[in-house]
Amino acid sequence: MEIKRLNASELKRMTLRVRSNILDMIPAGKVGHLGGSSSIADVATVLYMGHMRVFDDPKDPARDRLIFSKGHAVLAQYACLVELGYFDREELHHVKTLTGLLQGHPDMSIPGIEAVTGSLGQGLSVSLGMALGLKLDHSDSRVFCVLGDGELDEGQVWEAAMAAGAYGMDNLCAIIDANKVQATDTVQKVLPNPDLAAKWSAFGWHAIEIDGHDIDQILAALEQARSTKGKPTAIIANTVKGKCFAFAEGKAQYHNAAMTEEEYREARETLERMGRELA
Amino acid sequence: MTSNQRKVYGDVLVQLGKENQKIVALEADLGKSTMSNLFGAAYPERYFQMGIAEANMISAAAGLALTGYIPFVSTFAVFASGRPYDQIRSSVCIPKLNVKICGSSAGLSDFGDGKTHQSIDDIAIMRVLPNMTVLSPADGAEAEKMMRLMPEIEGPVYLRLNRNDLPVVTDVDGAYEFGKAQLIRDGGDAVIFATGVMVARALEAAEALSAEGIALRVVNVSTIKPLDREGVRKYASDVKAVMTAEEHSVIGGLGSAICEALSEARVPVRIMGIQDAFGRSAAAYDELMAKYGLTADAIVSNVRDLLK
Repeated sequence: MEIKRLNASELKRMTLRVRSNILDMIPAGKVGHLGGSSSIADVATVLYMGHMRVFDDPKDPARDRLIFSKGHAVLAQYACLVELGYFDREELHHVKTLTGLLQGHPDMSIPGIEAVTGSLGQGLSVSLGMALGLKLDHSDSRVFCVLGDGELDEGQVWEAAMAAGAYGMDNLCAIIDANKVQATDTVQKVLPNPDLAAKWSAFGWHAIEIDGHDIDQILAALEQARSTKGKPTAIIANTVKGKCFAFAEGKAQYHNAAMTEEEYREARETLERMGRELA
Repeated sequence: MTSNQRKVYGDVLVQLGKENQKIVALEADLGKSTMSNLFGAAYPERYFQMGIAEANMISAAAGLALTGYIPFVSTFAVFASGRPYDQIRSSVCIPKLNVKICGSSAGLSDFGDGKTHQSIDDIAIMRVLPNMTVLSPADGAEAEKMMRLMPEIEGPVYLRLNRNDLPVVTDVDGAYEFGKAQLIRDGGDAVIFATGVMVARALEAAEALSAEGIALRVVNVSTIKPLDREGVRKYASDVKAVMTAEEHSVIGGLGSAICEALSEARVPVRIMGIQDAFGRSAAAYDELMAKYGLTADAIVSNVRDLLK
């Protein structure tokens, strides 16, 4: 059965739940990719619960596909997939353990995970292959691929961008989580990569730039991507690394780190306060 | 009688494409050499020209496999194995996807183009990958049988093909048994496990040695992974010495695989291959093979030496 999509106000509430799920997975003292999971949390929530065609059966052939090429942000995926009922909520507490289901990076043993990613730069190519396969099948399913802005350093991304543009893959949509910070420093300091929208346009894509934390803008951009024919769409989602967690916002050191007890408490309190404000 | 493996690749791929609508082919601007262009002419909608971008080609093949297709990906062996190694590892082998990779013009068979185009390491790096099957046919007839079987093998396959015309050494009408080391000529003094073009050279050597009263058993190891460990142990159990021969580095290839299988056997093993070196350009294939000691004569003298 197809899972019903949430409306914009339900999605806003859901983003808090998704961030809370992320916190469940990385309690104080446990290392995890908080920064990049938080920056993409709103986009992931909107994709899985507000835009994509998803079903009770994660393998339903009519589903839309979402691949996190920036596989290290998989906590954001798990936080959404658990809301779709694809695995037991208890698994959130056993991420990256020998007995747990949820691996440190996307693995196809996990329901709802569509490809193996984590070695950066490969996900858009895999998404392209899926989009080609779905076109051969005359399927109207769509393929979404989330990339990091740091990940765009990988040359393979541009190989895929060139090929997807050449093949006019209008069933493919890339979302760039432009949080401006990569593993060790800002994108600007590690390897500047300006004019992203112009670059994607030059590779034959329809490029849209949005605030990646604005639910209405995300919904509108995805609709625009759906109605764009003859070319793939790239959504440059301007985001904040560690979004919602003041101590982590915009900081490379929370790319993959453990929160202190104090930070964890602050993170929880922030989500509770945001929840009260929405009520 | 000779046969050409890349011609077989092109022809059989077209036949497979006719029988099975799920077969697709991807190419990186070398389709005229790999002969996948024949598939492109027959089934343009199922042929994807990916440009000179092997990393993207391999991962895109993974995506096609994830939507239920059986992609055959071909390019020169160096560009099909080492260049997109991590894409094969991560996108294809970890999820055990049905991607069939053809490493064409393998070994020294692209004799003119030199070291950048000669794959002396592809068996080693494909063999080390979990879930990967590694096939190295001895002639065109065997390549054809393998091609026909490849869609049935669940998971990734690496097929290593020679560029040049090769003597036919396998039983053309016989059935192909996947995963079995194949006895081609029996003999009780020593055994040689050979793969690819070296099987023909081993047979030549066996003939020469028989004139001296030395009986060399020749075994074609065309399935390098999964290796027929039982067969290898059996064929090595009653002889005085073991040789291996491959058009590949002596490190990590067939010789290493055989030694792994025989690690508890009390028998000397000599590995013949390229001695930890890159290739070079030459005017003719046989000239280059001789330069690297990959000849029937070299097998003869090695066997003689081992049995001394």
